[in-house]
Amino acid sequence: MSTGAVRAAGRSPRTQVGAFVGTSTLTRFTLRLDRVRILVWALVLGVLPASFLPALEDLMPTQEDRQLRAELIRGPAAVVMSGPGYGLDDYTYGAMVANEIGLLAVVAAAIMSILLVVRHTRTEEETGRAELVRANVVGRRAGLTSALISAVVANLAVGLLLTVGLTAGGLGAVDSLAFGAGVAAVGLVFAGVAALTAQLSEHARASTGLAMAFLGVSFALRAVGDVTELESGSPLTWLSPLGWAQATRVFVDLRWWPLALCLGLAVLTTALAFLLLGRRDVGAGLVRPRPGRAAGHPLLAGPFALTFRLHRAGLTAWGVAVLLAGLAFGALTDSVAEALVDNELLARTVMAGGGDDLVDGFLAAMLGYLAMAVGAYAVSSVLRLRAEETSGRLEPLLAAPVSRWRWLGAGLAVSALNCVVLLALAGLGTGVSSAVVTGDDGLVPALLGAALAFLPAVLLIAGVAALLLGLAPKALGLAWLVVAYALLVGLLGPLLNLPAAAADLSPFSHVPALPAVELALAPLVWLTGLALVSLLAGMAGFRRRDVPA
Amino acid sequence: MTTAIDIHRLSKSFGAVRALDELEMTVRPGEVAGFLGPNGAGKSTTIRVLLGLLRADSGRVRVLGADPWADAVELHRRIAYVPGDVNLWPGLTGGEAIDLFCRLRGGVDPRRRAALVERFELDPTKKGRTYSKGNRQKVALVAALASDAELLVLDEPTSGLDPLMEVVFQQCVAEAKAEGRTVLLSSHILAEVEKLCDTVTIIRAGRTVRSGTLTELRHLTRTSITVATEHDGTSVAALSGVHDLRERSGTLVFDVDNDDLDRVMRHLAGLGIRSLVSSPPSLEELFLRHYGDEAALAGGGRR
Ligand SMILES: Nc1ncnc2c1ncn2[C@@H]1O[C@H](COP(=O)(O)OP(=O)(O)OP(=O)(O)O)[C@@H](O)[C@H]1O
Ligand SMILES: [Mg+2]
Repeated sequence: MSTGAVRAAGRSPRTQVGAFVGTSTLTRFTLRLDRVRILVWALVLGVLPASFLPALEDLMPTQEDRQLRAELIRGPAAVVMSGPGYGLDDYTYGAMVANEIGLLAVVAAAIMSILLVVRHTRTEEETGRAELVRANVVGRRAGLTSALISAVVANLAVGLLLTVGLTAGGLGAVDSLAFGAGVAAVGLVFAGVAALTAQLSEHARASTGLAMAFLGVSFALRAVGDVTELESGSPLTWLSPLGWAQATRVFVDLRWWPLALCLGLAVLTTALAFLLLGRRDVGAGLVRPRPGRAAGHPLLAGPFALTFRLHRAGLTAWGVAVLLAGLAFGALTDSVAEALVDNELLARTVMAGGGDDLVDGFLAAMLGYLAMAVGAYAVSSVLRLRAEETSGRLEPLLAAPVSRWRWLGAGLAVSALNCVVLLALAGLGTGVSSAVVTGDDGLVPALLGAALAFLPAVLLIAGVAALLLGLAPKALGLAWLVVAYALLVGLLGPLLNLPAAAADLSPFSHVPALPAVELALAPLVWLTGLALVSLLAGMAGFRRRDVPA
Repeated sequence: MTTAIDIHRLSKSFGAVRALDELEMTVRPGEVAGFLGPNGAGKSTTIRVLLGLLRADSGRVRVLGADPWADAVELHRRIAYVPGDVNLWPGLTGGEAIDLFCRLRGGVDPRRRAALVERFELDPTKKGRTYSKGNRQKVALVAALASDAELLVLDEPTSGLDPLMEVVFQQCVAEAKAEGRTVLLSSHILAEVEKLCDTVTIIRAGRTVRSGTLTELRHLTRTSITVATEHDGTSVAALSGVHDLRERSGTLVFDVDNDDLDRVMRHLAGLGIRSLVSSPPSLEELFLRHYGDEAALAGGGRR
């Protein structure tokens, strides 16, 4: 047979169909593997917003109460974290859900989709399992297709539960459906984005990182857009898929067409992903790995250097993200000051621990969110240590004269140091850009210090993760709950009027909201103490258990 | 002289799975000890206990006279290990990984490292995941062999090596032995075990089923006899130690326990031997006999 004939055969319709052979089997398998995961996501995401409704009705029974709330959250800090605020003038429960929980739900659906798709595409390839599967009667596109179908199923489940839950909670059925559809549609966009980024890098971690970066940029675009042009929606907002979901003005002035943008982008990214998939080898990314050093750098001589090296790429990515976010938040300082000048009510807003100067309050709140992101990094860096163990790479290290104490100590020290670096970058980014827009140079050291004040809280999160790593490594994922809880308290605590005890469970609640308030050392000291104790306890546990466990 | 490895009644469970069940093993210094057993028998688990990675549930374990759990770090200065499944860091080259391991045990003679890289024909500039299976294994082998550890613990070190590299590996082990080092070699490659090992320990389902020198083990198994006699030879069936007697066009074919060989031969001599072929037990047969359970043995173990 000539090569020409082979080529022609490669393009025949039968081969196109053949590329999907095995999809249904793989989809069933994927859904089976992830049934618990999808169920948990769907339940949390689908039911949580509706479950807030009774609390809202309890807390704010009258229109006046709700209007008061609306005035409270007209501020830029709230806009950055929740959205343009449609319906603030007539603040119904529906508008409240859409405005204060909508963005959170949308971002969560995006994260769910990214994790789900990368897990079943690039991770499978990286571990070599995809090779095993593909060697069976399975088409080239079956793996990606089944991952995407699973993501569709998960997002539909979320959308459906949201619709049912909100309708049952007493909100309009059509708007509830639009809310659910919006969350699911953005989920699908990010399933497509993840399908695309999974084609680019050989490594699952990098694929996830790229998709998350896309999510971060989407968030930042709409944050800046929403703040600069309150209520009307600026062009920047229209560049962000997260903005599209909110542009439906659900529960206020419903329009469906922005969701078409979501579906369009989902289809586009998916098509691109399939295009790239058809052009690459199994296991390969776009960039081919190059040969490296034949001998180790003289400094690569111990667990600390090794861990640092392994975390280097991740630290760089996080560093860039945190710095950019800080710069963006800081640059908003000016518009915040303008917006606040004539709003008496806002002047009494309790933003992340209070304070007189509202600009300071805004900056403190933003630093708080950045610090939570650094908390997320802390968890991911400890998970990274666990990955060394489960991949079998730790075994030969511990078989060398390296004590467990030294290996984990070095690993946690690298995590802690990187957290310091990230917090510093967050503080510097926010400080420099706010100093530039306000002309107040004192903001740079003030915000650097304010960001570093979060270190004890971040270390405590690392400590919880280390504790799990040492004592219950299989449950290490639970460490994410601490971060998620802190974020929930930060975002929804004021709305839900959480009891103090519940808010106090978040380590971030105890950090003085510098520069808005005076520095209080006592909480920082005991947070540090708790962090150290948990880190050490985790290390002690690790010394006593099997490796791998 | 202390033993290099001394395991007595070692047990280890993973939840409901009893991976090691009162395992026994002794390795003397300077010995090359083979460690054999079917898949899932518990070889890698034993090795992880010997390295202090897993904690024994019960039993006594001494490595080079020390407790591998309590004295792990000190002990590991004297041990080098090659895991069965070599995983390298995706972002590090093989050369970097080798240097890291060598530095962890306090540095290495660079000429020795270079010589090994050369002998194993390893390209040290490739990144972890771009190595083939055999080449990943070579990275671990070079790192282990470059050290001057007293005890080499090798868990299926050659399962991915090509025949030429297998020869290099065998030379390296022979050299290690000549230097007086002790080697624990878990392997499924019987020819390798036969060539290298002084003693073997065979385990099954976490228990030691046989241990000793290869000669001793051979003695415990059966010889296959094909014989034609003047007189009717079916009477041998009644002798103890004779198994699987078949008659094939006037000749008898049967297996006999090596312990009973002498007695059976005398009996045959009385019948007037016309021709006789005896085949000593092959290593394969030896292992099949010890690997499978008795039922499988009767059916497929010997034909
Ligand atoms: N971490 C673990 N958790 C649960 N079971 C385990 C674990 N590690 C090993 N096992 C079980 O212990 C038994 C012994 O496994 P081990 O890896 O020691 O076998 P092996 O003799 O090395 O086999 P192979 O020749 O295939 O390498 C197996 O049944 C295995 O499933
Ligand atoms: Mg094994």
